[in-house]
Amino acid sequence: MKYLTEYRDVALVQEYVRRIHQLVTKPWSIMEICGGQTHGLVKNGILEMLPEQVTMVHGPGCPVCVTPLHLIDDAIALAYQPGIILTSFGDMLRVPGSKESLLEAKANGANIQMVYSPLDALKIAQKNPDKEVVFFAVGFETTAPANALSVIQAAALGLNNYSILTSHVLVPPAMEAILSDPETRVDGFLAAGHVCTIMGMEEYYPIAEKYRVPIVVTGFEPIDLLIGIYETLKQLEAGSYQVDNQYARVVQFGGNPQAKEIIGKVFITSDRIWRGIGEIPGSGYEVDQDFSGYDARIKFALGHREVPEHPECIAGQILKGLRKPIHCGQFGKGCTPEHPLGAPMVSSEGACAAYYHFAQMKNETING
Amino acid sequence: MAEKLSMRLQCPVPKMDFDVIQLGHGSGGLMTHRLLKSGVFEVLQNEFLREEHDGSIVDLTGKTAITTDSFVVSPVFFPGGNIGDLAINGTVNDLAMCGAKPQYLTLACILEEGFALEDYWEILLTIREAGKAAGVQIVTGDTKVVEKGKGDGIFINTTGIGLVHPQADISVSKIRAGDVVVVSGLVASHGMAILSVREGLEFETTLKSDTAPVHDMVWALLDQFGPEIRFLRDPTRGGLASTLNEAASQRKIGIQLEQNSIPMLDEVEGACELLGMDPLYVANEGIFIAIVAPGIADQTVAKLRQFPLGKHASIIGRVVNDNPGQVVLNSSIGGKRVVAMLAGEQLPRIC
Repeated sequence: MKYLTEYRDVALVQEYVRRIHQLVTKPWSIMEICGGQTHGLVKNGILEMLPEQVTMVHGPGCPVCVTPLHLIDDAIALAYQPGIILTSFGDMLRVPGSKESLLEAKANGANIQMVYSPLDALKIAQKNPDKEVVFFAVGFETTAPANALSVIQAAALGLNNYSILTSHVLVPPAMEAILSDPETRVDGFLAAGHVCTIMGMEEYYPIAEKYRVPIVVTGFEPIDLLIGIYETLKQLEAGSYQVDNQYARVVQFGGNPQAKEIIGKVFITSDRIWRGIGEIPGSGYEVDQDFSGYDARIKFALGHREVPEHPECIAGQILKGLRKPIHCGQFGKGCTPEHPLGAPMVSSEGACAAYYHFAQMKNETING
Repeated sequence: MAEKLSMRLQCPVPKMDFDVIQLGHGSGGLMTHRLLKSGVFEVLQNEFLREEHDGSIVDLTGKTAITTDSFVVSPVFFPGGNIGDLAINGTVNDLAMCGAKPQYLTLACILEEGFALEDYWEILLTIREAGKAAGVQIVTGDTKVVEKGKGDGIFINTTGIGLVHPQADISVSKIRAGDVVVVSGLVASHGMAILSVREGLEFETTLKSDTAPVHDMVWALLDQFGPEIRFLRDPTRGGLASTLNEAASQRKIGIQLEQNSIPMLDEVEGACELLGMDPLYVANEGIFIAIVAPGIADQTVAKLRQFPLGKHASIIGRVVNDNPGQVVLNSSIGGKRVVAMLAGEQLPRIC
């Protein structure tokens, strides 16, 4: 397939793997920010190809993993209300809330529909004028423009039965939160290609400078990932800390101005709770006052509550790269892909699920 | 959607004083009688149904295979077919996977009040044509109606019986290390075609379901190779990955797949990329997996390729002693990953 196969070339993969092995002289930990990158590493078996000294730390860029528990509970509570249709991206459905997941709530009679895009949710709102349609607007900067656009369109169409429950999070503040943790073991970052496609690269320069970490904006195909890793390692071995762009075929320095403008119209930056990590200042989006009629939180007067995580789930430490899934007492016992206690066990890009399957392949005991 | 069968076959919907299914059609009274008489019996007529009895008497000698399957699909009509095709081909193929030639089928329909008569008619005609194509007869059946909101238009159950090939010795227990995994055709077309028209998830594509009966291909393989065909399974729900995982865990052997060898349409691959779906878990209808003795693998593929449905048949992997109970994929770039059982339904990813 054009624009894909070129980035899956076996000879080139082997060449970069060889270069990486040749380059590395000491142990390094590199965090790939985005769940899509984790998925690419796992799906293509790249983790297995890297030298033992290179540890890939699966970062917090799995949007469903960091959506706070109380918001999932809120979404479920809305979906049980008669007259409300809750719409959501597919992979959010299986993430456990404090009592149940959206999928379980659906089985118990909650009105939940899966969509690919908020614009499909908008269509559902148009078709069901007697119902309130709420879109669970989850994601990073990547999904923000489309979610914002759905609000703008709803306003333009005069649709008053559409609103979004936002759980938008932003990458750079999360990177800072991770780096400022004294226990952090991350030496370099693969920045998320798609996030940078929207937002550009500017935000990363001060981070690289302040924490002296190399940051390489990286794509998602095998060659992208290997070049991203190689370039990061090259900087680490040389002791430099620049912002580099491996994904230049997509990412421009200034990002996508139109998308940023749409985000700016609908959202304002706010403090956000990240599941497992806690509150990070300025790390998310809320619907701006001008569009408060489309903010499900205001429309349905949802309060703000703290809901405790499962006491034995160490997802937060895993997302920060402080511990490995195999260090968790529940890993593979009380917590499996069928019965996840925490979000990283849910989707294939979740760090725990990835480890669960790989440990099995290597015939390792999954209890560490 | 393709032109309707009722148009092509010049079988207009029978003139009745209703255009949707009503509860009374399941009452067993006059309305039921009229629906069956001018519907099921009229469309599917054969010597068995002519009796209009509650059961049928058939003649069978030899080793017999039996299977049953229920069909629920949303939407009922999709590119490349409808629930009627699935109801016939699905059961025919399950018999074929036992090494049997399908002979007789039962047909039970559960209709939802309000289901359009025109659609019901179209499905019955499809069932007739699919039955003809597969060489099976519908010998008995049942029709029930449930209240509106208690069904999804139409549910169908078919049970099939067929005679087993005298040389067939198909069982998961026959699989051994060194055996070769063959797939008879293109992977993941059916599931992606259905997804492309599912409400709320529509995307534009020319993809079609691959629903088709595969028993002729299976019979030809058994004629030529007999017990060297060790294991047959159609990778419907859960796709290739789930079927092979079942085999690996039942037999406690490892299965090694070669990603580059798995035949797939570019369009299917593209749609999967776009939606974040793994084609290995996407449902299929008109293909099957054969695990065969190593000595006949190439000939198996050659034989399958003689059939129009088998022209993309390929060797996709091997049975190994490593990683017992697991399916491991050698990725197209030379990496390895475990292709695990899915915990539940595959859900499209955000990013």
